[in-house]
Amino acid sequence: MKGFVHKYKDNVNTDEIIPARYLNDSSPAALAAHCMEDIDKTFVGKVKKGDIIVAEKNFGCGSSREHAPIAIKASGVSCVIACDFARIFFRNCINIGLPILECPEAAKDAEDGDEIEVDLEKGLIKNVTKGKEYSVPPFPPEIRAIIARGGLLNK
Amino acid sequence: MAMTLSQKILAAHAGLSDVKAGQLITADLDLVLGNDITSPVAIKEIEAHGGGKVFDKSKIALVMDHFVPNKDIKSAEQCKCCRAFAREQGVENFFDVGQMGVEHALLPEKGLVGAGDLVIGADSHTCTYGALGAFSTGVGSTDMAYGMLTGKAWFKVPAAIKVVLRGKKPKHVSGKDVILHLIGLIGVSGALYKSLEFTGDGCADMTMDDRLTICNMAIEAGAKNGIFACDDVTLAYLEEHCAKTPRVFEADADAEYEREVVIDLDSLRPTVSFPHLPENTHTVDEIGDIAIDQVVIGSCTNGRISDLRTAAEVLKGRTVHESVRTIVIPATQSIYLQALREGLIETFIKAGAVVSTPTCGPCLGGYMGILASGEKCVATTNRNFVGRMGATDSEIYLASPYVAACSAVLGKIGVL
Repeated sequence: MKGFVHKYKDNVNTDEIIPARYLNDSSPAALAAHCMEDIDKTFVGKVKKGDIIVAEKNFGCGSSREHAPIAIKASGVSCVIACDFARIFFRNCINIGLPILECPEAAKDAEDGDEIEVDLEKGLIKNVTKGKEYSVPPFPPEIRAIIARGGLLNK
Repeated sequence: MAMTLSQKILAAHAGLSDVKAGQLITADLDLVLGNDITSPVAIKEIEAHGGGKVFDKSKIALVMDHFVPNKDIKSAEQCKCCRAFAREQGVENFFDVGQMGVEHALLPEKGLVGAGDLVIGADSHTCTYGALGAFSTGVGSTDMAYGMLTGKAWFKVPAAIKVVLRGKKPKHVSGKDVILHLIGLIGVSGALYKSLEFTGDGCADMTMDDRLTICNMAIEAGAKNGIFACDDVTLAYLEEHCAKTPRVFEADADAEYEREVVIDLDSLRPTVSFPHLPENTHTVDEIGDIAIDQVVIGSCTNGRISDLRTAAEVLKGRTVHESVRTIVIPATQSIYLQALREGLIETFIKAGAVVSTPTCGPCLGGYMGILASGEKCVATTNRNFVGRMGATDSEIYLASPYVAACSAVLGKIGVL
């Protein structure tokens, strides 16, 4: 996968990713229409299919709302890279099959608009704009199995 | 191998003699919880994957509390979806208007969680039940769906931070001040992926309501769970509320903790978290003049009877400041009724506050107290993120019911 970076700082919370005032409708399209609204009002207008969200520490903290990764996935974002993730957001991404990677170096180096290429199989992140490569340790086999079948409920 | 209290409960539910931090396990659940926001997503997931029956009708709890009584048509549709699912599946613990309360106040009161239980809930504050000696953690809707169908969930066994509470709390210091102080010390990701295990002689000074408030906000430090060992306070509470036989686990004396944090309760002062993160803590005596527009007393953090008693004690014979809209929300019907019997509701109304039916409403910016641009609110809730209670440039200051009630009278953040 390959896409352009939308860069955010530490502690982006799920209220910012999808404010609770929109949680009265759980359809992916309705959620995507307000994705990142309380942290970046320009996101919905500029996000393109395949783009990558990059953030620093504790991305997705706060509420357990799975609406947050659903909104991100439905926006066309192909992958989220961060220094680390809040734990409920982390497992929600795995459970719905939204690729995420923890890589502090890649996360800190990346800037808004950089082009990034990700090889999930090999655990490689390539910042094409900066000409840098990073390797990410693979997930344990149990988690890889959930991702491989496209989500927890898939057989 | 030596284990923490949290690890002991996980091992027992995974049928393993021991587990270690980082290990991935599948464990049997005692209860799966969802609300009117997260359950519809889980129900749709189940339908999209060919349907199926819940694993145990008595071990699912569906609580309609976030946008209930419904604030708009879409919210009503979400509750309708939950109601239909509960009826069709025969879910025994379905709580609708009239029976419902804020979920994390309601479940302990109804005796649905016992000591030693393993609980997941599609709500981040599910960590509240650690106060009862349970391992309890928040998950998303897909985990909830999988848990409802199979009675199981996958877990990465957490490492732990030991929080040693020493001494006794001074007057006007509550469980809320203890947890805000701790989050101020370790930060909003200070316990990321970890357990917070509370121990020390100071635990004896913590009422069940204090413990519920403390464990409720473990997630605000990033923790997977917060937990107090089952003791006399726990057993007395469970005796009154819960028919299940308590399963008492203890951490091994040589269990490994990644870090130890000591809190001297005697030195604590009423504490306030400034916008826009719970870690931005200040003690009330170091705050300048901050005029406020609203006070909210309620939520899964601080909407219990002891919280209302504290607020009423401050408000009795006083009136709230003319510029402060004061909203009091008993967390459950039974708390509401108790407050009515004790005359607390009359005290609130005479003081110029409004009293609402139980709801999560304003805490997450749903309804019943949304903030306009630039407004400031002191809330006994759990999050002060950007836009959490309304406009993105409104501000939330998190505090105890005592500080919130005093601030309502003063018209600014402070104590009387």
